[in-house]
Amino acid sequence: MRPFDYQRAERLEHAAQLTAEANTLALAGGTNLVDLMKLQVETPQTLVDIGRLPLGTIADEGEGLRIGALATNTATAVHPRVRSEYPVLARAILSGATQQLRNKATTGGNLCQRTRCYYFTNIDQPCNKREPGSGCGAIKGIARIHAVLGASDNCIATYPGDMAVALAALGATVEIASERRSRSVPVRDFHRLPGDTPEKDNVLEPGELITAVTLPAPVGGIQLYRKVRERSSYAFALCSVAAVIDLAEGRFTRADLAFGSLAHKPWHDPRITDLLVGSEPTLALFDKAADLLLEGARGYGENDFKIPLARRTLAAVLCEATGVEP
Amino acid sequence: MAISINGQEYPLPEDPRTSLLDFLRREARLTGTKKGCDHGQCGACTVMVGGLRINSCLSLAITHEGDEITTIEGLGSLTSPGAMQEAFVAHDGFQCGYCTPGQICSATAMLQEIAAGWPSDATQDLTATPSLTDEEIRERMSGNLCRCGAYPNIVAAIRDVAGAEA
Ligand SMILES: Cc1cc2nc3c(=O)[nH]c(=O)nc-3n(C[C@H](O)[C@H](O)[C@H](O)COP(=O)(O)OP(=O)(O)OC[C@H]3O[C@@H](n4cnc5c(N)ncnc54)[C@H](O)[C@@H]3O)c2cc1C
Ligand code: SF4
Ligand code: FES
Ligand code: FES
Repeated sequence: MRPFDYQRAERLEHAAQLTAEANTLALAGGTNLVDLMKLQVETPQTLVDIGRLPLGTIADEGEGLRIGALATNTATAVHPRVRSEYPVLARAILSGATQQLRNKATTGGNLCQRTRCYYFTNIDQPCNKREPGSGCGAIKGIARIHAVLGASDNCIATYPGDMAVALAALGATVEIASERRSRSVPVRDFHRLPGDTPEKDNVLEPGELITAVTLPAPVGGIQLYRKVRERSSYAFALCSVAAVIDLAEGRFTRADLAFGSLAHKPWHDPRITDLLVGSEPTLALFDKAADLLLEGARGYGENDFKIPLARRTLAAVLCEATGVEP
Repeated sequence: MAISINGQEYPLPEDPRTSLLDFLRREARLTGTKKGCDHGQCGACTVMVGGLRINSCLSLAITHEGDEITTIEGLGSLTSPGAMQEAFVAHDGFQCGYCTPGQICSATAMLQEIAAGWPSDATQDLTATPSLTDEEIRERMSGNLCRCGAYPNIVAAIRDVAGAEA
């Protein structure tokens, strides 16, 4: 690990001021950042420990719920309202990592976790995300875990997390603060596509910190999180689907879906909701929904399997939610 | 200010790069906690901070100022082993023993999580009180790998302690 200057932020304004400086990173639970610092993928000159800021509260906000940036993944997943009213979120979090990691992982750190692309984490390999302009090792290399949607010629990495996929299905909002202003961004727009600037994972500017995530009023319905992975526990998703579904009189009245590990961001396509809502659930309809999802899909050899996998995972989730026989 | 380990105070490390794991082993000279992968993947370094289990390899010691850490040395000794330590011996819950301190710290914290009613990915009904089935034990212990494959006996040891406490 490269030497760095350690600073403990006493107040949010202080943290925002410090992290606005070049080569400075915020440290929350450290489960991703410390790992990447050991690998010298991240080499901050200054590390700002935000872990003791009072941002860990989970509290009612109107009919919704506000989850502080430093609430741990464990605290969120075991919260009574998350378990009963936002089960897709509890399920997504519990499917990720291990209890030891979730006890440290935070809301903000989880949203900002970096890709698991093996070229990104190996400093002997070219990677446009780690070192802009150095090339992309994955495009012509081993791309098993990589994107099939929304990639660019510069980067085909995925956002690997689970929690954010559920938050995207639920239509949650990220609260962001800097020294000068605060703003909120829908989770669906928080992460970005790689384009020509794969070094930017999300819309945060230097000096901006996540302060909370807010969930809208609960909508009930059938909430599912299905995660497909190499083994049945303790592995990142190859493909995941978060679904909030409701039906009345044999037709969809709600179909909010988000997809994980297929792209550089949790994938949400409003056309799928428009297609499903008002229609009767049938296998043919689910196939049409998959056509929309995978319209621009492209594999890179090793990850070609993700395209049929996404189609089947979507169908499996919709079958489970509606009772249609697979 | 200092870090409290098993009730004893230790001064913070000078180098902020020191992981909690290296701090325990090198500076506090408590070598029960093991380094397997050093990247959060194996669980050999599991300790409890304020009663919660974490991977000490992914945590910087300096961030733990004022925290209360419990390591395997805090759970019992040769002359007076803790319940989980005794159960691992009784059930042959290890072969080489390298993963064992992490397994025992993890299992001890896990029983407290069950007592608190926390669900896991293996819990069918998120709003019900979880029960300690073998499936639950396996899912909840998935962060502790054992290269010797002592898993069935580890599950048996945990089941034994849980049964005695219930
Ligand atoms: C072995 C292993 C398996 C894992 N498996 C899974 C899995 O299956 N699913 C899954 O979703 N995740 C998984 N994870 C990832 C884990 O969830 C993340 O490491 C964790 O959520 C990061 O949170 P943290 O608080 O520790 O972040 P840190 O490591 O402290 O920070 C991560 C990044 O976020 C930034 N950051 C932190 N807080 C803020 C804030 N408030 N505002 C702005 N920026 C901030 C930091 O500067 C840093 O860049 C796994 C990790 C490991 C090590
Ligand atoms: S896919 Fe992205 S993160 Fe991976 S090597 Fe290419 S540029 Fe780097
Ligand atoms: S040494 Fe910490 S998890 Fe392997
Ligand atoms: S007993 Fe040898 S690794 Fe578990």
